[in-house]
Amino acid sequence: MLIKRSSTIKSSEITSEDNYLNRRKFIQSSTLIGGSLLSSRLLGANLPQEPFAELDDVKSSLYSTDEKINNFLDVTSYNNYYEFGTGKDDPYRNGKDFQSRPWSIEVTGEAEKTGIFDIEDFVKPYLLEERIYRMRCVEAWSMVIPWVGIPLADIIKSFKPLSSATHVRFETLHDRERMPGQKSRVLKWPYREGLTMAEAMNPLPLLAIGIYGRALPNQNGAPIRLVVPWKYGFKGIKGIVKMSFVKSQPKTSWEMAASNEYGFYANVNPKISHPRWSQARERRIGSGVFASKQPTQMFNGYGEQVAHLYDGLNLRRHF
Amino acid sequence: MLSSRTARKLLKPPVFLICILPFFLIFTDAFELTGNLGANPIEEIQDRLGNWGLRFLLLTLMISPLRHITGQIWLILFRRMLGLFTFFYILMHFFTWLILEQSLYIPAITEDIITRPFITIGFLALLILLLLTITSTNKMQRKLQKKWHKIHRLVYSASILAVWHYWWQVKKDITEPLIYVVILSILLSYRIWMKYLRKNK
Repeated sequence: MLIKRSSTIKSSEITSEDNYLNRRKFIQSSTLIGGSLLSSRLLGANLPQEPFAELDDVKSSLYSTDEKINNFLDVTSYNNYYEFGTGKDDPYRNGKDFQSRPWSIEVTGEAEKTGIFDIEDFVKPYLLEERIYRMRCVEAWSMVIPWVGIPLADIIKSFKPLSSATHVRFETLHDRERMPGQKSRVLKWPYREGLTMAEAMNPLPLLAIGIYGRALPNQNGAPIRLVVPWKYGFKGIKGIVKMSFVKSQPKTSWEMAASNEYGFYANVNPKISHPRWSQARERRIGSGVFASKQPTQMFNGYGEQVAHLYDGLNLRRHF
Repeated sequence: MLSSRTARKLLKPPVFLICILPFFLIFTDAFELTGNLGANPIEEIQDRLGNWGLRFLLLTLMISPLRHITGQIWLILFRRMLGLFTFFYILMHFFTWLILEQSLYIPAITEDIITRPFITIGFLALLILLLLTITSTNKMQRKLQKKWHKIHRLVYSASILAVWHYWWQVKKDITEPLIYVVILSILLSYRIWMKYLRKNK
């Protein structure tokens, strides 16, 4: 796999591998002395308050694709985020004034460490990575997006989930005043999503706090959202306020809305059609009016990393 | 009261221009002169044409009740014109799907028409409208005589299929299709009511 940087990120903004390793060593030794004297910047991810603010020290990732990145306007004006309305440009228009601070994330359930954490503290111990992933929407369109975030597995490990935890469940903020789309009953609020522990511990899922080297815009799920590149986009829950380690498969919002159309797994699969449309091909946003659709890849092209998670599972039944 | 002759002279040209405007705006938006088509222009073009097709279909169905209620006979002059615009927008909607959305890829097109019920019924509605368009001329009207009315009553089936096609296609938020359903229900109920009144005279 090629390591390729987004052209929108200056090379000076990306931590080199050497610096990265040095810093890890520095962090290790300094925690022995007592890290509290160090500035937050040296310790790890520093999350700016404002959307679009530049993120420091983002390293590139081996998991990035070298496909052409979609432009910023497409990624930030064509979104499904029903909390701000069901139209594609509603999140952009209605999310403008959304205040994503103060923000805390509650971690509950089957884990040694639980509690309520400020978003800044939640991300601070980690280093930010840029991951350029394909994003395949269940509506048969796709984009290539340069996310910035933290591998979900690293975050989960820090809470030391118990062996009784089989799944991890996420919830979006539920606040009708701040999220006007929640006044409609189009979905059951709060938005809910989940992964099996094995899926969540895979290296691919990302808790993203940015795109294009900048803090997440509101319409893309500020301040923190999930990215699971081998699953349909609706698994990427936005505006996360709660993460629970649970003992059974959680119900997800789209499953509750139409269980015959949207399953818990929602793995990208060209062979299994949505009851109302084919999933065999997809429209790549930004490819132009005269471009034809391209074939959809199994697991959105991430089969090498994730196919083993589903050995022996009937994908037609567990769609 | 407006005479039919003045209505034809005065109103037909501006109404024609207004009807063509949504189509014209797609082009000016495509070149970003009046707006834009957003991140997914094909979907936008297809949706707009389909929506306008539905609107013109409902407008066409509004003519007869309006003429009846207001007594303005000249309104009938616009029924065929609106009907033909309906077909024009629906045909362009279909061509957009065929050429831009499916890139004339025949296996995908036939698969969709056969196996996706919402596309099947949309396609049926198109075929009905095609038949109505072919038989819309004065000549055909004279030739078919009584049969013409029977054939043109198929517009009710087409309108139900078209609104259903829209309803079925929507992912979850059915607000907009619901508006069309309500309007169509009123228009169809009015006709059923009138028929009932005539019978019981």
